Amino acid sequence: MRVELTVNGERREADAWAGESLLYVLRERLGLPGSKNACEQGECGSCSVLLDGRLVCACLVLAAQADGHELVTVEGLGEEAGLHPVQEAFAETGAVQCGFCTPGFVVATADLLARNPRPSDDEIREALSGNLCRCTGYAKIFDAVRLAAGS
Amino acid sequence: MNAPARTLELGRVGESVKRVDAIPKVTGEFAYSSDLFAAGMLWGHTVRSPHAHALIEEVDISEAVGMAGVHAVLTHTDVPGAKAYGLEFADQPVLAIERVRYFGEPVAIVAAEHPEQARRAAERIRVAYEPLEPVVDPERATEQEPIHDGRPTAGHGFRDDPRPNVVRSIVIRHGDPDAQGEVTVSGVYELGIQDQAFLGPESGLAVPDGEGGVDVYVATQWLHVDRDQVAPCLGLDPEQVRIHLSGVGGAFGGREDLSMQIHASMLALHTNRPVKMVYNREESFVGHIHRHPAKIWMEHRAKRDGKLVNVRARILLDGGAYASSSAAVTANASAFACGPYAVENALVECACVYTNNPPCGAMRGFGAVQSCFAHEAQMDKLGAELGMDPVELRLRNALAPGDSLPTGQKITGSFPAAEVIRRAAALPIPEPEELPRDALRLPGGSGNTTRGEGVRRGVGFAVGFKNVCYSEGFDDSTAARVRLAASDDGIAAVVHCAAAEVGQGVVNVILQTARTELDLDEVVLGSATTSSVGSAGSASASRMTWMAAGAVQLACRAAKDELERRGGDLEHGETIDVERVYHHRPTTPLDRETGQVTGDGAHVAYICAAMRVVAEVDVELGLTRVVWIGTAQDVGKAVNPQAVYGQIEGGIAQGLGLALMEEIQTQDGLITNASFTDYLIPTTLDMPPVEAQLVEEPEPDAPYGVKGVGEPPTVVSTAAVASALRDATGRQLTRVPVRPDEIVGLP
Amino acid sequence: MDVLTPTTLDEALRMKAERPDAVPIQGGTDVMVELNFDRARPAVLLNLNELAELRGWSRENGSIRLGAGLTYTEAMEAPLAEKLPALAEASRTVGGPQIRNRGTVGGNLGTASPAGDALPPLLIGDAVVELASIRGERTVPLNEFLTGPKRNALADDELILGARVRAAHGAQTFMKVGPRNAMVISVVSLALTVDRERDEVRAAFGSAGPVARLVSARLADLDGFPERVAAAASPIDDVRGSAAYRSHALSVLTARAVERCLQ
Ligand SMILES: Cc1cc2nc3c(=O)[nH]c(=O)nc-3n(C[C@H](O)[C@H](O)[C@H](O)COP(=O)(O)OP(=O)(O)OC[C@H]3O[C@@H](n4cnc5c(N)ncnc54)[C@H](O)[C@@H]3O)c2cc1C
Ligand code: FES
Ligand code: FES
Repeated sequence: MRVELTVNGERREADAWAGESLLYVLRERLGLPGSKNACEQGECGSCSVLLDGRLVCACLVLAAQADGHELVTVEGLGEEAGLHPVQEAFAETGAVQCGFCTPGFVVATADLLARNPRPSDDEIREALSGNLCRCTGYAKIFDAVRLAAGS
Repeated sequence: MNAPARTLELGRVGESVKRVDAIPKVTGEFAYSSDLFAAGMLWGHTVRSPHAHALIEEVDISEAVGMAGVHAVLTHTDVPGAKAYGLEFADQPVLAIERVRYFGEPVAIVAAEHPEQARRAAERIRVAYEPLEPVVDPERATEQEPIHDGRPTAGHGFRDDPRPNVVRSIVIRHGDPDAQGEVTVSGVYELGIQDQAFLGPESGLAVPDGEGGVDVYVATQWLHVDRDQVAPCLGLDPEQVRIHLSGVGGAFGGREDLSMQIHASMLALHTNRPVKMVYNREESFVGHIHRHPAKIWMEHRAKRDGKLVNVRARILLDGGAYASSSAAVTANASAFACGPYAVENALVECACVYTNNPPCGAMRGFGAVQSCFAHEAQMDKLGAELGMDPVELRLRNALAPGDSLPTGQKITGSFPAAEVIRRAAALPIPEPEELPRDALRLPGGSGNTTRGEGVRRGVGFAVGFKNVCYSEGFDDSTAARVRLAASDDGIAAVVHCAAAEVGQGVVNVILQTARTELDLDEVVLGSATTSSVGSAGSASASRMTWMAAGAVQLACRAAKDELERRGGDLEHGETIDVERVYHHRPTTPLDRETGQVTGDGAHVAYICAAMRVVAEVDVELGLTRVVWIGTAQDVGKAVNPQAVYGQIEGGIAQGLGLALMEEIQTQDGLITNASFTDYLIPTTLDMPPVEAQLVEEPEPDAPYGVKGVGEPPTVVSTAAVASALRDATGRQLTRVPVRPDEIVGLP
Repeated sequence: MDVLTPTTLDEALRMKAERPDAVPIQGGTDVMVELNFDRARPAVLLNLNELAELRGWSRENGSIRLGAGLTYTEAMEAPLAEKLPALAEASRTVGGPQIRNRGTVGGNLGTASPAGDALPPLLIGDAVVELASIRGERTVPLNEFLTGPKRNALADDELILGARVRAAHGAQTFMKVGPRNAMVISVVSLALTVDRERDEVRAAFGSAGPVARLVSARLADLDGFPERVAAAASPIDDVRGSAAYRSHALSVLTARAVERCLQ
């Protein structure tokens, strides 16, 4: 089946098998592997994208459900001029180790700061509780969020 | 805050430097092994055993072969070369032959155009099994039928243990094992199976080279040892198999063993098409080895003043169906069984057995985690028995340079155990926070289960240690290659080192070392493949910083010498290209009967850490919130302090996970929670803030005095968290992960 | 496999009548896991995302009507959260933000898991489930709708339109026990309300029996209520927890919830 959607501001289309997730279509059909595939069961947030402006797990969206909708992935976060401030902050504070969780955290953090530019520590923890990181123990990720919020 | 928030771009050894791969990782451009793509690529899929133990009567692939999109269906008869492989012993079939020994063991492989076609074909492969009684109780394994014919691990210089299903057993006899103390405490401790749970699933791409060889792009911890296992099974020369390091989404020991490397290569060579394989999360849980579950009996005998007299320990590790690195884990669990304490007399008996449970091997902490949980519980118990402060008790017994371990090895390098204990104990702990507060900051977290009812606070303490680098005579050397060429502003360098970047930041160690040695900013990381540079050894055993820094330092110094010989400058087009191999000081095996060191000693060096944990426990519901963790860690020299703090925080999270929630559960050998829904790892609401102090006492033998940093936090945090829970609840809590049932006192 | 995407409810009901084997998919947070892990291969998926009729919530003669497509995130927002505090608290415990942005009340009813966190709060609010097919609409009380673990009274040609629930008349709360402090499927859960208008305490538990279940008592008769709630449960041992622990925890939760709501 054919799926047409707007990804990072661009009209894209793909032929997909009906059972494919949005994550698979992004990664394997649209050449956008930035969204990660750590669990494909909604538990880790590594596939986080913005679907019509809402933070969702791409692995739990049926590709066909995204037909006609708008998507922003980690590849589309940065601005013309360069990195998104959240991306800068993650790189700066050492919030990235293996980096497999990073795209998901970056998208989730960008979503958080867009809704709540000065989150408290509790708000940061709760907003990122759907994103797992196995490497950092989260401390530097929180540093990154605070740095991005201050910038 | 622990680390400077601001980093340098091009720093040198000792400076906090932004990771060289940080930008591609934050933008999503970094190519992990599951992101790879090649024109004409097929998808591989693995058919796995639903049984923990069974005979294979027949594998019928006839229906699958002809299905739409299917290009290959292969079984053990199609393995071109050696039929078995393994990290230390080749006891694991590439594809099962006649018998499956664990749940999820690969039996057949399929390549198809789309993953769904591969899955549907896999479903049509008919495997007729005759189920066998699985060996699942490690305590009985040595009396049951052997699950392997012959004795795969016998005759490797190990102690002769004729019992069936023994992978390795070690007895360490030190001093007078019957020595009596004035006070005795004993206990039995257990640890469940922990999983590495790295986020990047096993995956990779195998590309046939058209000349019978294959290029494998994969996430691994040791390129060359992968090659040395893959090539014989494919019936190829090592040069025909080129392993390329792809982006690694975490490892923690779980990528030391092969996963899809041989399978994808077989499919690629068979179809003459590139083949990609990506495990899903469920498959990942059966697709790699785990941390050994353990049962440990310990008795500590001490003088009234707290001085340890004798430690007697019996350790049983369940190795699961195949050996993997169990033999080395057994050595570690026994060598460090008494903790970082000076004990004149000890008897340690440790055995690892084969069972039909999930195979176990390397995971961060490697045998020391299990022992630390037991010896630290014992030290707390001894402190309570003596009415002595737990910190004071530990200080009184702390090992120091000049002392000997129970293996008889004298500590010659740096070993600041007393210092880490003092520094960790001196960290001020936070005042209890007043009520009411948001449920997120109470045990049970977002579950909203308490407003303060039932909540008790506890403070725990633990110390742990382990070795750096491989041991017992293994020469895990590291090669590095440096190429200097003229550039527009002088000289530029390219450094190749096959050290696997698994997230720990070794790429920065390589670059910072090269910049320091060459006194140059223009240093670029060259490719890491088996064909561009010699072996780096494994990114494990907390060894990679030390060994990579050593190798890069040697190669850089050789390149500089050569440059000087050529008058200090290079013409355009002129290059210097040198490769050097760095060896740590030699080690020798333990005596097979007494477990005492022979020759140079079994270990290269040691690293230790001490930790203080504050936890709140809802003693009526058995739920926990760890409030704060303070730690002091012996790091030798921090090459990149920001990255060191990151290792400490991340390592603590994994140990906390084992203490509170992480366990692979099995029933008759079958894994019952192979998902992130039911195998739980700590979230943002489970990790407390960490206050870490680095103790930099340089290791005399090591480049810049560096040691490893990855493992001590994991070794000690499980024990430290459990200690805090005991303090809060007054219960023994002898098993991790601690279940709420035990906290509330249900049987 | 095929995907049908109706744009009106009528069209959806016609499609469902024609293809009773079609599996509805709303937020997909349950359905997609089944698909991704090869546990289900329905011939047809019926994508409900484009149906405006299922979205949002409204007031209806003193009760609240929740659309099947109401997400947990929406249930946490004022003013709905003030009318149904237990549902809002329960929603805050569901998954992480990504799950709460997609997962819906209708999907929780559709899955009818004993661990469904929306179910206990709906039970204490006397919820009735609204179902529709081309044959017409009907309502079923929630306790009758839940017929077993992962089973409900939905007919093959029906869709869930939503649920009608009584707004809180007094304090309510929701508590969920899990082995970690976020992102867990409940080991045991409890919603409780003190309804002074009806002189009643109503408690409903999840994950402690084949279906979520309601237990109530007069306000004057609260002695031993925690034990009664625990006794009404029929928990099992599974990978998430033991039966004994669930019973124990249920009585602790009930005692705490009563105290919390009486304050
Ligand atoms: C990571 C993760 C965490 C989770 N955590 C929790 C949790 O804490 N608590 C909890 O209760 N659940 C949890 N869930 C499960 C899930 O999110 C909930 O059950 C959610 O309510 C499902 O809603 P949905 O819209 O996504 O359902 P879908 O997946 O779209 O559908 C679920 C079922 O309902 C049917 N269905 C949906 N809508 C209709 C309709 N209008 N008419 C008829 N049938 C319909 C579908 O056919 C399917 O059988 C979690 C899931 C994930 C992946
Ligand atoms: S991959 Fe989607 S949540 Fe883990
Ligand atoms: S950096 Fe590796 S999982 Fe987060």
